[in-house]
Amino acid sequence: MSADTPPSADGELSPDDVSELRAQIEALEAEVSDLRSEVDEGSADRMVIIATKGTLDMAYPPLILASTAAAFGYDVTVFHTFWGLEILHEENSKDLGLSSVGNPNMPLPNAIAALPGMDRMTARMMRNRIEDNDVASVEELIETSLASGVDLQACQMTIDLLGYDEDDFYDGVTTGVGAASAFQDMADADIQLLV
Amino acid sequence: MSTETATETLDVKGQNCPMPVIKTKGAFDGLAAGDVLEVVSTDSGSMSDIKGWAESTEGAELVDQAEATEDGTAVYKHYVRKAE
Repeated sequence: MSADTPPSADGELSPDDVSELRAQIEALEAEVSDLRSEVDEGSADRMVIIATKGTLDMAYPPLILASTAAAFGYDVTVFHTFWGLEILHEENSKDLGLSSVGNPNMPLPNAIAALPGMDRMTARMMRNRIEDNDVASVEELIETSLASGVDLQACQMTIDLLGYDEDDFYDGVTTGVGAASAFQDMADADIQLLV
Repeated sequence: MSTETATETLDVKGQNCPMPVIKTKGAFDGLAAGDVLEVVSTDSGSMSDIKGWAESTEGAELVDQAEATEDGTAVYKHYVRKAE
């Protein structure tokens, strides 16, 4: 490399050396600015949530976190699989279930909670509480998430498994995606959550 | 900071977490540089949520936060300025 060439005998740089150094500096500056713009372009923070549960209480954490992260400027993907698909199912999402059975935090003994009709009642009570406390509905949170640019994805394998049709989901939901694309998104993300 | 200095007001009364922050972000994006957005909320959690959001958002400066009572209800006001 010519930059390693020792200066002339009197220790001074010849005009040729100077212009060569100048050219090298310019090339390096161009390279730095290229790299800088590359880093800036890819600098958006990313979050991926895998939503696997479809009960009324478990629909909230992924949707609230996703829409909030979008407000913080994150690129957000929520990959819905298995019962998490119910959240994106336009009809089912308005009637998500909840059971007191096996939930020791609920004030009903299991023996009573297991009676027919009790799950529906539990879900209805929870839904009323949600409304009374000014908490958004699942539908509102989905619309808000989509409007904020959140990519809500429905796992294709589970769509087939549960016998759903692509038209069953909210407009704007991404279908035709699988574990590989979810994994790729997770590998690139700053935050990965399994809910 | 008084309401007079706010150039725009966002009313999110009666909406709970996470809506105040999400709607603040939406309204903030529509501001011109130097504008001050007033957010009026009934969610007590908005005091820490909007503060945290402003701290993490480039160009957003939380000018003031105040708690008041309107018609017997606690109201939380936030003033966010968009950087010039």
